[in-house]
Amino acid sequence: MTIFSGLRGRARGLFADNKGPWGPSGGGDDEPPPASGSEGPGGPWGEPPRRRTRPTLASAGNTTSLDEFIRRSRDRFGGNGGLPGQSRSLVLWGVVALVILWLVVTSTHSISPGQSGVVTTFGRYSRTLGPGVSFTLPSPLERVTKVDVRKIQSIDLGSSDADDLMLTGDQNLLDLAYQVRWNIRSPELYLFQMSQPGETIREVAESAMRAVVSQVTLNDAMGDKRAEIEARVAENMQRILDSYHSGIQVQGIAIKQADPPEAVNDAFKQVTAAQQQAQSSINAANSYSLRLHQQAQGAATAFDKVYEQYKLAPEVTRRRMYYETMEQVLPRIDKTIVETPGVTPYLPLPQVQRSQGQQERQQ
Amino acid sequence: MTGFIRQRPIISAVLGLLVLLLLLYSFPIVPETKEVVVVEFGKPVRILNRYQAGRPIGGRGAGLAYRIPFVDQFVWIDKRVQDVDMQRQQVISTDQRRLQVDAFARYRIVDPLRMLTSAGNEQQLTEQLRPILGSEVRNELGRIEFAALLTPERQGIMDSVRTSLNRIARQYGVEVLDVRIKRTDLPDGAPLAAAFDRMRSAREQEAQSILAQGAKQAQIIQAQADADAAQTYAASFGKDPEFYDFYRAMQSYRITFVGNGQDKPASTTIVLSPQNDYLKEFTGRSR
Repeated sequence: MTIFSGLRGRARGLFADNKGPWGPSGGGDDEPPPASGSEGPGGPWGEPPRRRTRPTLASAGNTTSLDEFIRRSRDRFGGNGGLPGQSRSLVLWGVVALVILWLVVTSTHSISPGQSGVVTTFGRYSRTLGPGVSFTLPSPLERVTKVDVRKIQSIDLGSSDADDLMLTGDQNLLDLAYQVRWNIRSPELYLFQMSQPGETIREVAESAMRAVVSQVTLNDAMGDKRAEIEARVAENMQRILDSYHSGIQVQGIAIKQADPPEAVNDAFKQVTAAQQQAQSSINAANSYSLRLHQQAQGAATAFDKVYEQYKLAPEVTRRRMYYETMEQVLPRIDKTIVETPGVTPYLPLPQVQRSQGQQERQQ
Repeated sequence: MTGFIRQRPIISAVLGLLVLLLLLYSFPIVPETKEVVVVEFGKPVRILNRYQAGRPIGGRGAGLAYRIPFVDQFVWIDKRVQDVDMQRQQVISTDQRRLQVDAFARYRIVDPLRMLTSAGNEQQLTEQLRPILGSEVRNELGRIEFAALLTPERQGIMDSVRTSLNRIARQYGVEVLDVRIKRTDLPDGAPLAAAFDRMRSAREQEAQSILAQGAKQAQIIQAQADADAAQTYAASFGKDPEFYDFYRAMQSYRITFVGNGQDKPASTTIVLSPQNDYLKEFTGRSR
């Protein structure tokens, strides 16, 4: 602060002698000398103590000429009339403090966990700092660039626009959305080798994904081979990025969505519907089979039981079954018994019809 | 000296500033990411921080450099791996299929001097590399069949693109690290619509075949069930076919005339003769 106020004072001194639109004035000299706040409570409106010590200067303020200005400047900056010794040492201390502050701030680096600090000495890579507090040479000599190493970053690719379709191995089109997760493996390579790391990862991911997808069928890509595709893409990406010495580690690929294109989605839904339908008809056949099986078992077992008894007394059982059946059957039907063998039976058909009608009414 | 400063404070401050600037200008810092061609009166004299394959970063090269003010000039060139994107190209394969291809190349300026003399600056280098990349890709892809583009061989094709591109890029002092197809798409319009149609019809066919498969399986299951039931019946009833006939007849009468409990049979009128087996006792004949 002391330096600045001193400079301001000098600047005022410079302009005070110019002939302004308000005429010459001694205003500049009314003020206390630069950086001499310690001399007393001399404000611009107070009675400045300097007027007494240097009356000649104050009176000379009204005489305006370049010679006068130069002479006074000399008096002010150099010679006996300059800054008091105490102020000068204050300025000196201030400068020293600033320099020390600068040294401390620019040579101490606190690197948080998950970060690395890449140190360059005059622009040349010298070392990489781990987490913790480290010291380097001060700023113009050594600089530290902090890089997030642990932080896993992700890029989303694909599917946001409809015409971003991929061609599969069986020449079908696939609507794919996926995410690439990566982090920085070696910060110095990351900083110095690639000109656009983000863009590079994006392009490499897209290239690798399309290369892999172009070698599988549509059904595989949509179905159970997703994990395999993800692994292969990650591996390919890593190989390509390593060949660039990019210092990037691919953590993984996640396929978020693998769908047929919008235009043919209905046809794919038909396939799903057909699968459901086929399954349901198979289920129906299975239940028919089960029912029939049980029926056959039941009927066979029943026959077996009866047959066991029948074998014990064949004739009696047979007659019994016959009569029992007849007893169940005959009471419910109209019977006509024609006795005389010689008579041609006359069938009273109207009566038969009537009795039928009665039966129906009764029901 | 101090006397001069005291006498001419402003002039000396300006002078000091000039000296400082001159010093800073004379000892520039070359970062790891840049190569520098030092030009002396328009004539290139030396190259700083030149890229050398396999040299680890942090070696000699980058760091504090010097130049003689007003004599040496620095031309800064990016040392890192850079990329050039090909504009979308339509490629026609040998079997006359059209394909939209996006490709990109990664390159590094290995000979900055040659690059400077042949291309002028980095911007123009990219401008010149782009059409070359495009035409190389088109030439190579035009020599193969459509289906081969979708096979693992396509990396081999890209390698040959890289080789031929590298041959040209050498003239610019550029090394091409990698050429890759970013995307291969069917062109909009008729080819894309045709592909969609094909996909749709393929799906419909699949749906039909799934339905038919299901029906077939259902039929097989039913037939098998019928056969199993017949076997079960035969095994049981075959023991006494004559009795089975009687037994089943009894069951059948009951169901026909009485009903099986679910729906009532139509009413029936029966005309019986006294000779009927059921009525044989009716005549009161004695045994």
